[in-house]
Amino acid sequence: MSDTHAETVLFVRETMLPQQEPPSSSTGAIGWARQNLFSGWLNSVITVVAGLFIIGLVLHIVPWFVSPTWMATSLNECRDMVTAAGHTDGACWGVIRERWQQLLFGFYPPELYWRPVVALLMLFVAIAPVLFSDFVSRKLLVVTAAFPFVMPWLLWGGTVWTPVMAALGFVIGYLVFRGFSGRVAGGLALFIAAIVAVLWWVLLSGLVAGAFASVLPLALTEVQSRAFGGFMLSITIGVAAIGCSLPIGILLALGRQSDLPLVKYMCVGFIEFIRGVPLITLLFVASTLLNIFLPPGTNFDIIVRVIIMDTLFASAYMAEVVRGGLAALPKGQYEGADSLGLNYWQAQRLIIMPQALKISIPGIVSTFIGVFKDTTLVSIISMFDPIGLSNAIRANQAWNGVYWELFIFIGAIFFVFCFSMSRYSMYLEKKLQTGHR
Amino acid sequence: MTTISDPPAESFKLSMLFYDTRYRAITFQIIALIAFLTLFGWLYMNTAHNLHELGKDPSFGFLFQPAGYDINQTLIEYNNQDTHLRAAFVGLLNTLLVAALGCITATVIGVLVGVLRLSKNWLVARLMTVYVETFRNVPVLMWIILAMAILIEALPPPSAFRGNDPSSSMLLFDSIALTNRGVYIPEPLFSRPLGNINVFGAFDISIELLAIIVVLGGSIWVAKRIGRRADAEQNKTGLRPRTWPVQTAVIILPIVALLAGLGFHLGLPHLKGFNFDGGTHLRNSLIALWLALSLYTAAFIAEIVRAGIMAISKGQTEAAAALGLRSNRIMSLVILPQALRVIIPPLISQYLNLTKNSSLAIAVGYMDITGTLMGITLNQTGRELETVLLGMIVYLAISLLISGAMNIYNNRVKLVER
Amino acid sequence: MKKTVFLGALTVAALAAGAAGAATLDDVKARGKLNCGVSTGLTGFSFPDASGEWQGFDVAMCRAVAAAVLGDPKAVEFVPTTGKTRFTALASGEIDMLARNTTWTLSRDADLKFTFTGVNYYDGQGFMVPKALGVTSAKELDGATVCIQTGTTTELNLADFFRANNMEYEPVPIETNAEAQQQFLAGACDVYTTDASGLAATRATFENPKDYVILPEIISKEPLGPLVRQGDDQWADVVRWTENALVAAEELGITSANVKDLASAPGDNPEINRMLGTEGDLGAMLGLSKDWAVNAIAAGGNYGELFEKNIGENTPIGLARGLNALWTNGGLQYAPPFR
Repeated sequence: MSDTHAETVLFVRETMLPQQEPPSSSTGAIGWARQNLFSGWLNSVITVVAGLFIIGLVLHIVPWFVSPTWMATSLNECRDMVTAAGHTDGACWGVIRERWQQLLFGFYPPELYWRPVVALLMLFVAIAPVLFSDFVSRKLLVVTAAFPFVMPWLLWGGTVWTPVMAALGFVIGYLVFRGFSGRVAGGLALFIAAIVAVLWWVLLSGLVAGAFASVLPLALTEVQSRAFGGFMLSITIGVAAIGCSLPIGILLALGRQSDLPLVKYMCVGFIEFIRGVPLITLLFVASTLLNIFLPPGTNFDIIVRVIIMDTLFASAYMAEVVRGGLAALPKGQYEGADSLGLNYWQAQRLIIMPQALKISIPGIVSTFIGVFKDTTLVSIISMFDPIGLSNAIRANQAWNGVYWELFIFIGAIFFVFCFSMSRYSMYLEKKLQTGHR
Repeated sequence: MTTISDPPAESFKLSMLFYDTRYRAITFQIIALIAFLTLFGWLYMNTAHNLHELGKDPSFGFLFQPAGYDINQTLIEYNNQDTHLRAAFVGLLNTLLVAALGCITATVIGVLVGVLRLSKNWLVARLMTVYVETFRNVPVLMWIILAMAILIEALPPPSAFRGNDPSSSMLLFDSIALTNRGVYIPEPLFSRPLGNINVFGAFDISIELLAIIVVLGGSIWVAKRIGRRADAEQNKTGLRPRTWPVQTAVIILPIVALLAGLGFHLGLPHLKGFNFDGGTHLRNSLIALWLALSLYTAAFIAEIVRAGIMAISKGQTEAAAALGLRSNRIMSLVILPQALRVIIPPLISQYLNLTKNSSLAIAVGYMDITGTLMGITLNQTGRELETVLLGMIVYLAISLLISGAMNIYNNRVKLVER
Repeated sequence: MKKTVFLGALTVAALAAGAAGAATLDDVKARGKLNCGVSTGLTGFSFPDASGEWQGFDVAMCRAVAAAVLGDPKAVEFVPTTGKTRFTALASGEIDMLARNTTWTLSRDADLKFTFTGVNYYDGQGFMVPKALGVTSAKELDGATVCIQTGTTTELNLADFFRANNMEYEPVPIETNAEAQQQFLAGACDVYTTDASGLAATRATFENPKDYVILPEIISKEPLGPLVRQGDDQWADVVRWTENALVAAEELGITSANVKDLASAPGDNPEINRMLGTEGDLGAMLGLSKDWAVNAIAAGGNYGELFEKNIGENTPIGLARGLNALWTNGGLQYAPPFR
């Protein structure tokens, strides 16, 4: 066969042809489009429909969006400017120019704007060693430890000694704990330390702070919480709620896994109750009921009340996140801790929690995103978060009727914040995954 | 350290409460219980004292007084002379309605978007990503307000349908009207109605509806019996008798007969006075809330579905393909059943979130239980403690019911592990 | 009585202690600030401007009280409240007085345990419709869709009115005035109902105000006034007489411009002298300084000035005095004698 075949063939190529470019229809833009957009009739139809949708949307929005009204000082002025420019309809951006500071900082005194800004920057520095542990020196953890005391001082002002004394309470508690931990059981030592610290805060710290303040009056101008508003309010509530809810959430998660039935059911009951009711009902409690629950004559600011309820809310979700982290740890870790002879709290502190919390960070970040977005609900109980402020701005004669511009501005800022956080959490999830497989 | 075999001291010492593991658990629990009871007792005493000071001793008597306000969307009979309790119940039904509608739509959209995000079509996949990210990262309250604003601004008012040369017209042979007060669709009407049954002296249930449900249920049951008999026949002889004509007839004929007997016809909406009259009126507030909640939740569900599908290893697809299954059967027989197990637990919490987020209805004036009981009733009676407490209990009950039902379903589909 | 509750180190700075119950006047003086509850935003009555300063008719009332008590119209902490939170805020002592267009009703006075110190604006619920609708009377509104603001007496009045006239309507409840306005302009409701002052204020901001009419029927009495907790008569007197002083000042021709001159020396009119503290010491009876009324009037002017500046005919809102004119001009504003 082969012989006859060989004889009949007139030409045999003896060299390889040089490699050719793939046909133009399968490379470059056309090829990409064929592969990704028009790979079948159904796909082509979908592409065309989607394309038309996008084009229609753009044609609709862009002319409205590009509107020469930046310098307007009232809605009527906007309308005149739009007519003068020959359009029939256009956005009124003057309101953003006039009120953007209010939307960001609320009624915070403008000369003190640097304080929330510094607090925010410090927040980034404080969480950097936790979130980007690979790139950032662990020495920055000092900032993390100081942040909970410096932030309230920066935002609310007042004497520097109050936060210092508050921090001192923790130091005293720790020293007491160290002193006792050799002699009595770990739990008991912790208990005693906590009591000593609380006694210090309640009875002594105020007096000592007062004494120091009279000797060395280092103080920032005080700012009332009512001056808080806009995104500053949202971030303050969100950060405070998440920060306070983390320890509570850890305790709840441990309680839920506890062998002690009573402790366990209390924790389960709390978690399920909080997760079962909408946040808005808890905010109603904050705005209308919390004062009734506390001793007669107690009265504190609505922001603190909202932070308390938000903290309770977040801690139930945090507990579930931490529980997920605990469940994801291999059982060998627990057994290893036991075999080293560590007691419960030592095991938690040295072996379990560092690992469980690391796994939980993406969950914590998404809980934070949720809490941050939910801070908009406080507009319903008459606080000036960005949405509440937008209503107040519209109550002004000049801007009555402005709608979309404010919402686009607020929505865009929320998007930037939440989107970057969710990207971070995805990055972290990927990083953790490779570590575990 | 002296002797290892020292016998344990028998006498009980106080310190053993902390050091002896036999007692320690009990000690801690008693401490926890005391702390818990003290806290609650303290809160209770404060509350009782404060309320007494304010002269508002807790009482639920206000629930039985006339409410005095009107509600636009009522699924049961209600007028402003009914009690606050009934107003709260109307609100509860509205909550349940929007939650149920929202869950269904969110699931449909979410699954669709989740699958489309994995589509090979670049444009569609990108579009879906943009949709998911935009909706997930902006607060739901803003979406609700925006949905309402869009509906109000984009649709024509009923007056645009009026006059000799109306600027808007109804759709589908004058049967559907899209207005900025809501959507009017035809309503089912019976010219020979059977009346209502009164339950507990409080609710009317229409007999026609009951009759339709009974007849439909009965015929489906019969059709299933026929199907099962055909299965048995097939198992015995290997040949399956043709059953679908009989089954279709069994399902369709009785219901058609019943509807004809009741004089079923559609009531079309038509302009009358200020508004459309007749037809079913889906109010803007309902549509806005429904739309915003389902689009917002769907973005989360899409992510869950996508993650669920991606969690199934590629080997499953290839193995199914090796068995000769076609791609849509691979999806329905191999991938989805396995993905469901991953999808369902987070899906439950999304349903719960949607239900709880429906409490933001007041932002668009939808009268759910937050709007009635914890809104106008609270305002008019000044009973904050009672109304908020009752509202919380209601939401808690709904949440527990949903998660209970979904957990039963989850237990049924999940893999039995060792 | 002062009591601090410790809330953990984090929130120390945010604590503010106060006591509900008696002796509000002492509390306010000790604090150096008046906590005044206002609406979160109601055109003409209370709203924050671009610099965060609160403006409006209700706000001016708070400032007058602060000036009378503390001598400084700026010593006010404005607490925005909604229809839902306002009464709790007052009952719990979070605010010292509420000046948030609140209607004086029997149940609020007796059941919710508040004391209304007077009426600073006589209002009534009205209806606004587009002119194109061709409606001239509220009695023709059978079957109409009505936009209402929730959380007020408005929805109860509306229900009563339609029931009494045997008409049907479709209520569209809305949280804020801004949203109600948007719905009304887009035609999502035929009628917008709220207090007549609110209607006028809203209409003034429309692109074409002439296309809308306010119907002649006023279906309710809405005496709006500041209120305080029941059981603290001294504080109630302070708020009541500050308000009376503003009204009396208009009647007696005392304005923010001439009040300092009149107060510098006793004049011919003994009532002016008594009120401004140049004769006798009425302030001491209230527990205030001698020049309390001078400060209150100097804060923003007399009642007429406040009205003209915030909601009067020369403002975009353009409300006529109507019932709120002085009794000498046929209105209802009438201050008891200062003696």
